[in-house]
Amino acid sequence: MINCQLVIIGGGSAGMASALKAYQEGIKDIIIIEKDDKLGGILNQCIHDGFGLDLFKEELSGPEYAYRFIQEIEKLNIRCFLSTFILGIDNDFNIKILNKDGVEIIKAHAIIFAAGCYERNAGAINLMGDRPSGIMSAGTAQKYLNIKGYMPSKRVVILGSGDIGLITARRMTLEGAEVLAVLEIMPYSNGLTRNIKQCLDDFNIPLYLSTTVKQVIGKSRLEKVIACRVDENGNFIDGSEIEFDCDTLLLSVGLIPNIGLIKDMGIRFSSTRGPVVDELLQTDKKGLFACGNCLHVHDLVDHVTNEGYLAGLGASLFLKNKIKENLNVEVIAKNYVSYVVPQYINTTLLDNITLKFRVKKPLKNVNIVISDDKRIIKRIPKLTLLPSQMENIVIKTLDLVQNNGKIYVDIEMKI
Amino acid sequence: MFDIVIIGAGIVGAMLARKLSQYELKILVIEKENDVANVTTMANSAIIHSGYDPLPNSLKAKLNVLGNKQFDEIAKQLDVKFSRIGSLTLAFDEKQLETLKELQQRGKENQVETFILNKEETLKIEPNINDNVIGSLFAPTAGIIDPFNLCVHAMENACENGVILHLEEEVIDIKKEDNNFKIITNKDEYLTSIVINASGYNADDIAKKVEDIDWSINPRKGQYFVLDHFDDNFVNHVIFPLPSEKGKGVLVSKTTSNNYIVGPSSEPCLKDDFSCDKLTLDNVRNSAKEMVKNIPFNQTIRIFSGIRATSSRHDFIIEPAKKYPNFINIAGIESPGLVSSPAIADYVITNYISKLINLVPNKNFNPYVRPYVHFLDLSIEKQNELIKKDKDFSKLICNCEKVTLGEIKDVLNRYVKPSTLKGVKKRTRAGFGKCQSGFCQSNIIDILSTFYQVDKTKILYDKINSNILFYKTKVGENND
Repeated sequence: MINCQLVIIGGGSAGMASALKAYQEGIKDIIIIEKDDKLGGILNQCIHDGFGLDLFKEELSGPEYAYRFIQEIEKLNIRCFLSTFILGIDNDFNIKILNKDGVEIIKAHAIIFAAGCYERNAGAINLMGDRPSGIMSAGTAQKYLNIKGYMPSKRVVILGSGDIGLITARRMTLEGAEVLAVLEIMPYSNGLTRNIKQCLDDFNIPLYLSTTVKQVIGKSRLEKVIACRVDENGNFIDGSEIEFDCDTLLLSVGLIPNIGLIKDMGIRFSSTRGPVVDELLQTDKKGLFACGNCLHVHDLVDHVTNEGYLAGLGASLFLKNKIKENLNVEVIAKNYVSYVVPQYINTTLLDNITLKFRVKKPLKNVNIVISDDKRIIKRIPKLTLLPSQMENIVIKTLDLVQNNGKIYVDIEMKI
Repeated sequence: MFDIVIIGAGIVGAMLARKLSQYELKILVIEKENDVANVTTMANSAIIHSGYDPLPNSLKAKLNVLGNKQFDEIAKQLDVKFSRIGSLTLAFDEKQLETLKELQQRGKENQVETFILNKEETLKIEPNINDNVIGSLFAPTAGIIDPFNLCVHAMENACENGVILHLEEEVIDIKKEDNNFKIITNKDEYLTSIVINASGYNADDIAKKVEDIDWSINPRKGQYFVLDHFDDNFVNHVIFPLPSEKGKGVLVSKTTSNNYIVGPSSEPCLKDDFSCDKLTLDNVRNSAKEMVKNIPFNQTIRIFSGIRATSSRHDFIIEPAKKYPNFINIAGIESPGLVSSPAIADYVITNYISKLINLVPNKNFNPYVRPYVHFLDLSIEKQNELIKKDKDFSKLICNCEKVTLGEIKDVLNRYVKPSTLKGVKKRTRAGFGKCQSGFCQSNIIDILSTFYQVDKTKILYDKINSNILFYKTKVGENND
């Protein structure tokens, strides 16, 4: 049995940032557990650029961005268990690990869960039709292309206009595949605007909005995708079918927090499918913190890094026994707001709290309104809000002190 | 010259091959697919039915009940996950409750013990059943099994005991030669004294190769949802509605891997149509919701369909060809085929084979398959012993289902080894989890390509031409 103050599960962008912050705050007894043989997580297969604009004011590739943090971790000699898998975690924070040295228990005093997310797949979206090969998630295709050096497709249709789908469309084209179409069930794209421009428009790849896959056909390898337009309720519009002869359907239909290891720890989960957390990213279980895409799925790695820093701070405060819960505020998403992280504010340890949320549909010319039962705390005008873009609103903890109860994040239409 | 050629390596062919391997016989099993358990055995409800509902005196009733009794021993010998969780057939009004009583009577005639539970008793053991339930029929001997490994391990054990298996070989024609048969395949010809036709939904086509038949296979499709492991106790029994002419109806059950299965539908289909459609699955979902509340369909990780080899006689057809006592058809093996399979083997041996050929016991017969490694189920001490001997057990390939490289290599070093991604998946569960192989598929391709010493572009997902990768990228070429 290994005793350790702070165990960080996942050596991707969130895990690395949380380790660095906790170390800076004086927690030196840290172990990062990573299943891959190197740190960096999914960044390692993201060889396109655009990472780090917020934090470094530079456009880095995924591996370059990861390397900046890996260097820091190596410099500080933070312990990393690479090629190490977790078989289970019990409620006393006994973590059962598996690596070349065997199976062992690490007893942690605090845990930062930073296990990332996984891609929704054909089953999750009830993809109808045959079950041939050639239907894969965009991230799987990205791994074949960028890590394994193999081309999994020649003629491609992409379902979902999320960023991974858009970036893979460009990457596939550059490697010699023909991307016939990107289909998006919603009437708007779910990717960042810059990716629509740089990945689709620049390569003349058509984007079909309000369109999804009705049926896939192929006994062995995919042969055909039948796409169809949908009405505002998501029902197929008969007669609007378009057939694509293709060998590959890439699915870029959303990411789901990877919470398998903590799902039986008796904690609550929110509509993001990640755990419910407070402003220090502590879950219902004291000493268990969560950050990054296993908490809620982010658009930008820079935001994941910042969230990692916050979890690192939270865990160090916990380990120094400095968390005194002197507040009891619930944060509630209203109407067009699909979720808010954190769901609770329990302490006055932070001066400012960033509320992160997404809207359910694109909105124009609105105000974001933060209020409690008595008054408006903050009102921010916005020209546009998109579901694909996470919003960050900073509020002052002082504004909450007089109000133990509920605060609301709401959207108000400007007239 | 073979004593017996079995056509088909689904559960019926595999169980029969294994039971026949107790005797000194030269046996060949021919399978057109590139793996055993690849068609109907691959896609079904995975239930070991109790046997209360088939019509008394039918072959289905007799063989279901006789088969069910064998499963504790078979599961132990073949190292297969099996659990007698019992089934509950639900009644939601007085009329249905009357039918339950009739079913209980039918069970009595079939010699299956069942109990009628009232509303409170039903809800006490299954709180997630809809509150408007008024009673249920509890059949404690019903169980759930891992059907893929049941078949794979049965065939593995048969091969350990001397049976020969040929995969990817399709029977083109069968000719009578003196008292024997000549089996002509796309690869070779074989002379045999006895032919067993266990070719699933193709059984009528195979039977027609030797004579005209007065029955046919009219396949019926069943579509299902598979849900992730969200709660180990969501339902703890196999939950059935009342059976109808169309079959046992849409069931809700946990599986031996702690997933949940919801289905099947029942509709006529073509023989190779494994597609799923929205209308049918919407109906499956609604039927399930009538029985069980709050089924989290957002935890769906896969939808699939399987094909029942329903016969025009609506009972199992287990009999010799009219003209040839040494050509035995086993056809129409739809539900309860899986549970009946060991009893079907006994029935065929006792009633037909033993009358055709002298059965001399095989002194070296070992009913126990060489044990498989279930790494997760071992104690830490045992796990560490294993890793000390073989570092491959320290590498997790499938993170969702926690499958080690060692376990994958173990199944590759057996008689009945997988050559495809689906073959690895059905044996080890690698790729069966919530990411549906999104993370591990590329690594399993690497393992198969290294093991078979072929390029990664040659590795198949399932059937011929189901390759995943096309060619190397420029970067990939530079890596070489």
